[in-house]
Amino acid sequence: MKALSQKRRHPLAVIALLLMGLLVTGGLYAVATTVNQAKASTTSYSANDSAEGKKLFQANCATCHGMGAGGTKDAPSLVGVGAAAVDFQVGTGRMPMQMNGPQAAEKPAQFNDQQTQQLSAYVASLGAGPAVPEAGLLDEKGDAAKGGELFRVNCAMCHNAAAAGGALTRGKFAPALAGVSGQHIYEAMVSGPQNMPVFSDTNVSPEGKRDIITFLKQIESNGSPGGADLGSLGPVSEGLFVWIAGLGVIIAFTIWLTSRTS
Amino acid sequence: MSAASRAEAPAFVATTKAGRITDFVDARVGGSGILREFGRKVFPDHWSFMFGEVALYSFVILLLSGTFLTFFFDPSMAETHYAGSYLPMKNVEMSVAYSSSLNISFDIRGGLFMRQVHHWAALLFVASIGVHMLRVFFTGAFRKPREMNWVVGSVLLILAMAAGFTGYSLPDDLLSGNGLRIIDGVIKSIPVVGTYISFFLFGGEFPGTAVIGRLYTLHILLVPALILLMIVLHLFMVVVHKHTQYPGPGRNDGNVVGYPLGPVYAAKAGGFFFIVFGVIALMAAFFTINPIWNYGPYDPSPVSAGTQPDWYIGFVDGALRLMPGVIGNFHFEYVIFGHTLTLNVLLPALVPAGILFTVMFMYPWIESWVTKDTREHHVLDRPRNAPTRTAIGVAGFVWYCVMWAAAGSDLIATNFHVSLNDVTYWLRTLFFVGPIIAFIVAKRVALALQRKDREIALHGRETGRIVRLPHGEFIEVHAPLDEYKRYKLVGFESPAPLPAVPNDHGVVTRKEKRRAFLSRWFFEDRVAPATPAELEAAHGHHGPAVEAAEESKSLSH
Repeated sequence: MKALSQKRRHPLAVIALLLMGLLVTGGLYAVATTVNQAKASTTSYSANDSAEGKKLFQANCATCHGMGAGGTKDAPSLVGVGAAAVDFQVGTGRMPMQMNGPQAAEKPAQFNDQQTQQLSAYVASLGAGPAVPEAGLLDEKGDAAKGGELFRVNCAMCHNAAAAGGALTRGKFAPALAGVSGQHIYEAMVSGPQNMPVFSDTNVSPEGKRDIITFLKQIESNGSPGGADLGSLGPVSEGLFVWIAGLGVIIAFTIWLTSRTS
Repeated sequence: MSAASRAEAPAFVATTKAGRITDFVDARVGGSGILREFGRKVFPDHWSFMFGEVALYSFVILLLSGTFLTFFFDPSMAETHYAGSYLPMKNVEMSVAYSSSLNISFDIRGGLFMRQVHHWAALLFVASIGVHMLRVFFTGAFRKPREMNWVVGSVLLILAMAAGFTGYSLPDDLLSGNGLRIIDGVIKSIPVVGTYISFFLFGGEFPGTAVIGRLYTLHILLVPALILLMIVLHLFMVVVHKHTQYPGPGRNDGNVVGYPLGPVYAAKAGGFFFIVFGVIALMAAFFTINPIWNYGPYDPSPVSAGTQPDWYIGFVDGALRLMPGVIGNFHFEYVIFGHTLTLNVLLPALVPAGILFTVMFMYPWIESWVTKDTREHHVLDRPRNAPTRTAIGVAGFVWYCVMWAAAGSDLIATNFHVSLNDVTYWLRTLFFVGPIIAFIVAKRVALALQRKDREIALHGRETGRIVRLPHGEFIEVHAPLDEYKRYKLVGFESPAPLPAVPNDHGVVTRKEKRRAFLSRWFFEDRVAPATPAELEAAHGHHGPAVEAAEESKSLSH
């Protein structure tokens, strides 16, 4: 103890203290960020996947994202976005992007599953990021009721309570979720594509995400108990329907009822 | 009369059992007198006269289906956990009101159908009232002696909206809860007293635990009772005033041309009730309305995309959506003596609706003041023959529709792939410019139609047959109209502007000058109906030439 107190005025003591402080805060930060990061399983990619993926990337993506995926003025860097982001963007056809616009639109996928996997492997090899989720999280056997609550609190303000989609500012929009695979829904939550925020594992746990997917798939397969759903768009489509179809039919009847006289 | 002579009169003895019962009742309540009076009431026949009936029948259907719903609905806001059969809600914490609405939808036999009948009938009720009012306005049926009935009808429109809104909120789902929150915000924006009214209405801070029960009482007791009272007044006045009729040969302000209520109209109206019921039942059977299970229980934190009120409240919601929060550096929110004045909520929520309803209530008096027309009118105007009134109506309708469309701005953006911001900018522009354009266009269209009518009255209908006369001239043969059709085209009033006149003291008051200005504005653009002299002249001009052509070509029509 005495030795330590004697050395506290040593010229190197300040540097040592600073180093220690940096190590502690940096270490804590590192722990905190990894906790905060979506940890899905790490699908193992072979070196070959990554090499093939690099070739595909350079032929199809590098024009905008740069040869080393480091980004250009037209497109962001892909270092650290992870396999989940690539699988979502390429798997739903959003990338390669068809044209510049408020946001990349969904279209038929340009690459097959194997090529998508190779691209994912290449991008994942550039830096750690959210991985493609493991099958156990996508089995749609979670708690739909809990998923519904999570969906209404976290997702419904953009995607609509019935997942029918909604408008954002300046031509951007949150798409309808019917027909989107569980894997893509999961990947969207962990990678936050386009205007969507990232829902990290501390925000919505992997089990919570599984519940959300279960809920979405259940309301999709349930159909509409009350008859045709009119797009699940709420009172606007109901109002249009009553004015056009309801009143239209009734006006036709009134004309028929009074056609004999007048 | 003495007792003796009464005894001498041969007593009527019915031969059948039904006849005896009828006679028994008739002798005591005098049914045949009522039937004689009402059965002979004549109603003119036109499809546009039937929207009031649609509203009435929708209301009857609302009463019937609503009664069914009250058997199973519990308006309590106590917390519970859902235990019904809809799996995606299993064990979710919710209010008893929402839980019982879900039970009506999924666990009561026929409950979902009845809920949908009730809701579709509600939408149709307000829609048919709206169309009925448009018909009354554009044909000038609100004029003397029917001004009071126009006011009663306007009150009915407001009551129908109130009935709809209180009902919309009852299931305590997320969608209607968001709607209530907006109402709460609007109430709180009223200066000084707003917060007190809100606390009084919700029994404390929003949402509280009282509001659903209170809305339920209003929805099933007070509002329907008032509607019923107003309907009675409305129909009573229809009987007193007799029905209006469209202009036509033999129709004037002193008669009603049509069929008697019994038996033709009684049968038609009775059948029409079942047609309306059938249309609503089919809609309820095949088309979802208000799928409350999609929205989830009310919770003040989430707000779903695509949150809208039912259509009849849409124009208020739309006005709120159109209002900018700030314009440049200009703010709409002030703190005065510790009270916040939020004009960006207060203005859009109350001003457009206030203007719309004030003008609606006042219109019969405004028009009769401007036109100095204090005569009774039982023959309707064709909308084209009152161009300025028609233009005012179309301008108001367009203004309403702009606000109405704004309530669906997000859906316009997503479904037509345009930017939400652009939709808002366009609608803001149309909010101011739309009614003006509509006024000008509608007035020009009405005047053009009048000119066309005049042309046809004077020269007959174009037949498209080109005839070459002996001296080489080509003419198109115009078929003259028969007298009945011509009457319709020439038999209307076309008042000229009334200049300002001095009052008893020989003074032209400022008010009178304003009236004269409005009168000029009302009547200065006019197409006078063809006069008998003009008709004579036109026929004299065309007659021989066409007849000659007819003879030479041996054409006939």
